[in-house]
Amino acid sequence: MAGDFRTCPTTGLKVHLPAQTLIKVNAVTAIVFLLVGGILALLLLLTRWQAVHLLPPDFFYRFLTLHGIAMLVAWIVYFEVALLYFTSAVLLNARLATPRIGWLAYILMTVGASITTVAVLAGGSDVMFTSYVPLKASPFYYLGIVLFAVGTIIACILFFATLSLAKYEKTYEGSVPLVTYGAAVAAILAIGTLAHGAIFYIPTGLWAAGVIPMMDPEAYRLLFWGFGHTSQQINVAAMIACWYALAALTVGAVPLSEKFSRSAFVLYALFIAVASEHHLLWDPGISSAHKMWNTGYVIHLAVLASMMHAFSVPGCIEVALRKKGYTKGLFEWLKKGPWGDPAFASLVFSVAGFGFLGGITGIMYGTEQLNILGHNSLRVPGHFHATVVVGTSMAFMGITYYVLPLIFQRQVMFPTVAKLQPYFYGVGMWILSIAMMFVGSFGVPRRHWDITLADAPFKYSFGPTVDLGMAITAIGGILAVIGGAMFCVIAVATVLAGKKVNQ
Amino acid sequence: MSLQSPQKYWWDEPLDKDEKMWLTVAIIWALFLTLFMPYMHYTGKQNPSQEYAKISGDKFDAAVDKFIAQYKVGEEAGFAVVAPPPNSDIFIRGKQFTWDPILKLKKGVQYKLHLSSLDMNHGLSVQPVNFTIQVVPGWDNILNITPTTTGVFTIICNEYCGLGHHTMVGRMYVD
Ligand code: HEM
Ligand SMILES: [Cu+2]
Ligand SMILES: [Cu+2]
Repeated sequence: MAGDFRTCPTTGLKVHLPAQTLIKVNAVTAIVFLLVGGILALLLLLTRWQAVHLLPPDFFYRFLTLHGIAMLVAWIVYFEVALLYFTSAVLLNARLATPRIGWLAYILMTVGASITTVAVLAGGSDVMFTSYVPLKASPFYYLGIVLFAVGTIIACILFFATLSLAKYEKTYEGSVPLVTYGAAVAAILAIGTLAHGAIFYIPTGLWAAGVIPMMDPEAYRLLFWGFGHTSQQINVAAMIACWYALAALTVGAVPLSEKFSRSAFVLYALFIAVASEHHLLWDPGISSAHKMWNTGYVIHLAVLASMMHAFSVPGCIEVALRKKGYTKGLFEWLKKGPWGDPAFASLVFSVAGFGFLGGITGIMYGTEQLNILGHNSLRVPGHFHATVVVGTSMAFMGITYYVLPLIFQRQVMFPTVAKLQPYFYGVGMWILSIAMMFVGSFGVPRRHWDITLADAPFKYSFGPTVDLGMAITAIGGILAVIGGAMFCVIAVATVLAGKKVNQ
Repeated sequence: MSLQSPQKYWWDEPLDKDEKMWLTVAIIWALFLTLFMPYMHYTGKQNPSQEYAKISGDKFDAAVDKFIAQYKVGEEAGFAVVAPPPNSDIFIRGKQFTWDPILKLKKGVQYKLHLSSLDMNHGLSVQPVNFTIQVVPGWDNILNITPTTTGVFTIICNEYCGLGHHTMVGRMYVD
């Protein structure tokens, strides 16, 4: 068995080689989907910018469906699976319990993602990633998603199996590291959420195949968001685990209080899983009292957890930088941070963007009073491009700059491009998010091919401010697409041709 | 470090003053947020009060036809224009890709608005006052509304409902 390990020259960690291969394969697949989703993003952007209005309507709706799936499902989840193997096997000096099961998970996920992608591209499945019934996709669309979810659940179980094996084989002492702890919370949420997803994806697929009758459309919406919202908390937990990892890797930060940070993770695991009705605030079928209970008490206990991390992540970075002697005034430490390190810049964009832009707007739009103004407007994609793109995606990109040398054992190529990459992506995405929320506040709908309403029986114009806002959205988006392309080029080039880090 | 196992007995390490302070503020803030929405719900008068019931597409369709026959006052762009009396039950029917009928309402008068769909989910987005209500097939989404501004209003569909989604636009008048 000893031959299955190498010792990392930088960290001294024992790296299980089969785990390393699985991490590589999942991370590379994630980046392939990021590339696909990014190309689609550019096309969508240039269509919603009505001065260009690139795609015809059917392709716009088709590519929008695929953009959601390629990004929010494939890119994010493949990367999370890589993180699960990294935080269990690598950080604990352990072997991955059963690499074969890891491959099984990967194959199921990849077959699933491919089936769904082909089903969407083939047409007839233009249902958006929410696929609200009675909108009907090809049965293969649902089949692919279910296979992908089963693969992901298997990967999560493998993660826990590896944790227990490491404990049994005593590869570490005491408690697991904080980053592994956060990943474990993500995995717990993932197992619960994905099993929940099966409750409606399977019957909906059977309905699409003509086997059973359709479920009630409102029941579908409730079940969908019970899955759809909770699954976003997987991303939040994984992202925050990355924050702690990045703070340690970039400036050597140490958690201020293990107890504080871990308690916050526990709050996520306990409370966020119940929240979903902020997506349904103006739906029929659920009483106002129930909506208030669901979006009030339960969500705000999870908000409390986010507030705790919002203190302890920047806090530990500050303490680490002050220890380096940057103690003048309130903010010298921030000014003197390693801004040329793309991982650090990504971390700061991610923390600030998730907190100030994504988190705050999420709380706002989750109230009945503001939701009636913002529901299904561009405010919503504005909000979640701040959370899941600036927040989660940038955290994952930041970590990639360390995964490349540590796991792929290759020096990051094009260091100057790498230095600039997070600024393009981060600034572009901040602009896109803010501009989308701005035009959304005028009532501009999301998922809409033509807000000039040219083919409609009645005329209405949103006015020149909105045209300007859409143009700014496009400019921000194009900057972000450039940043995303830089990231993909750096990652792919490094994997294929980067200089080997000496063993 | 967060990448290594913590020191033993990390659970016994007390929280710092800063952490305790922040935690207190955060808990108060979470409580405030939790109470504020219901508070505004009951006192804010911002949102119409909502009721709902299950209804089949056929039943809703028939109710809307009856409503139109009863109060129709004209036609515009092929849609019936309907002027219902105060305090009556009024209807908007969503289907791929139209909203009908065109309502002619009076400012300051209360109505019971029934919304449902004959096919997909639709989003009733009223511009330029800008509010959105979800329209779900099989469900009657009922709002007690009192128009507070006069003018011409446009109803956009903001829930994706099929390839003609962007053509689904209706009209409403308040005088
Ligand atoms: C270069 C970066 C990106 C750009 C320029 C971009 C742009 C867009 C645009 C223009 C839309 C359509 C909004 C609408 O019309 O409703 C959209 C939707 C969406 N994007 Fe992105 N995006 C980017 C990256 C991402 C990433 C990384 C994720 C996820 C991790 C993501 C997740 C989504 C989702 C879930 C939707 C909604 C799909 C739907 O409505 O069904 N995007 N994006
Ligand atoms: Cu519609
Ligand atoms: Cu629509």
